[in-house]
Amino acid sequence: MKPIRRQRLILIILMVAGIGTAVGFALKSFNENLMYFFSTTDVLAGKAPKDALFRLGGMVVKGSVQRPGDGLTVHFKLTDFSKEVAVEYTGILPDLFREGQGIVANGKLDGRGVFIAEEVLAKHDENYMPPEVKASLKKQVEGK
Amino acid sequence: MFLIPDPVGRFFHRMASPPHFYALTEKLMPWLVAIFLILLACGLYGGLYLAPPDYQQGDSYRIIYIHVPSAWMSLFIYVMMALAGAIGLIWRIKLAEIVAISSASVGASFTFIALVTGSLWGKPMWGTWWVWDARLTSELVLLFLYLGVIGLYNAIDDKRTASKAVAILALVGVVNIPIIHYSVEWWSTLHQGPTVTKMDKPSIHVSMLVPLLLMAVAFKFYYLIAMLQRTRLELLQRERTANWVKKMVLEQKL
Repeated sequence: MKPIRRQRLILIILMVAGIGTAVGFALKSFNENLMYFFSTTDVLAGKAPKDALFRLGGMVVKGSVQRPGDGLTVHFKLTDFSKEVAVEYTGILPDLFREGQGIVANGKLDGRGVFIAEEVLAKHDENYMPPEVKASLKKQVEGK
Repeated sequence: MFLIPDPVGRFFHRMASPPHFYALTEKLMPWLVAIFLILLACGLYGGLYLAPPDYQQGDSYRIIYIHVPSAWMSLFIYVMMALAGAIGLIWRIKLAEIVAISSASVGASFTFIALVTGSLWGKPMWGTWWVWDARLTSELVLLFLYLGVIGLYNAIDDKRTASKAVAILALVGVVNIPIIHYSVEWWSTLHQGPTVTKMDKPSIHVSMLVPLLLMAVAFKFYYLIAMLQRTRLELLQRERTANWVKKMVLEQKL
């Protein structure tokens, strides 16, 4: 390699490495703000903002979905498999909302520690399989 | 002798000779198109007809056969563009500069397709067209990077200067590529985690995975075809006063 080309190559490597380091530090310091939602444990530990809208993510606890009255109001519990938070929502739920499914709700905590959601989004997981495979998986789990 | 051995450099210089490249790609093109069409037909038939519906999403998951390969291509093409740009900067190879700028619009299109198909799927599945989570935002930044590259190239009249400026912009933007890929692991996002591109076994049933991979390879061939056609055109334009172009015109090969 000719010296001038070597120089340019080193310059480019240094530039990319420098920008990479700078962006790395920037992202590290903004880490908290880049989280799209708080977990239920964060909320119970008081990390979530009080009196302000924030997003809460977690799995819908099996058997916790209740519809008091015949309106659109739904009560359910969210969990991150260590702590649970009760959620109340009035509105139409997305297709993928079901028990055991991950969701992200936008809203705020009321005085009783119940999360009043204004919007509920379903968080799809990364698993894709035919219904028959799911059924046989379920059978295996139940058999154990 | 340092970093890149001389014989490799010489090989690239010979490959990058415009008349040689123009003749070679002309011969390759029908083959590339044939392979692309076969792969696309197999992938679409497998994905839309043979693959079973998903246990949760039913048939609407089938959008992954467009969305996922497009998103992969948006990252792959960006890396190709930045690499070609770097080669152009270091060795001043005209062809590498042209490959870089010819990749930009193809990459921008794939990024756009990934964003639109994701949005169309997001409305029924998530319950929203768009959220500002780390994955979606960083992919949108990628689209703006592509558009910036295209805009910058067209803003500078001298195409050799334009190519240098574009290569530097592309190299600066490379930092966004790992951010897009790892965003779903580093931060909590509404977008799901990786299904195929992870160390673990893919969490997708094999009957659904095979058409997805076929589509991914088909899209790679599409990129090659579109990029090479654009490169040939740009090459002719830049070399319009060169002898090999004049000769070809006189022999009525054009």
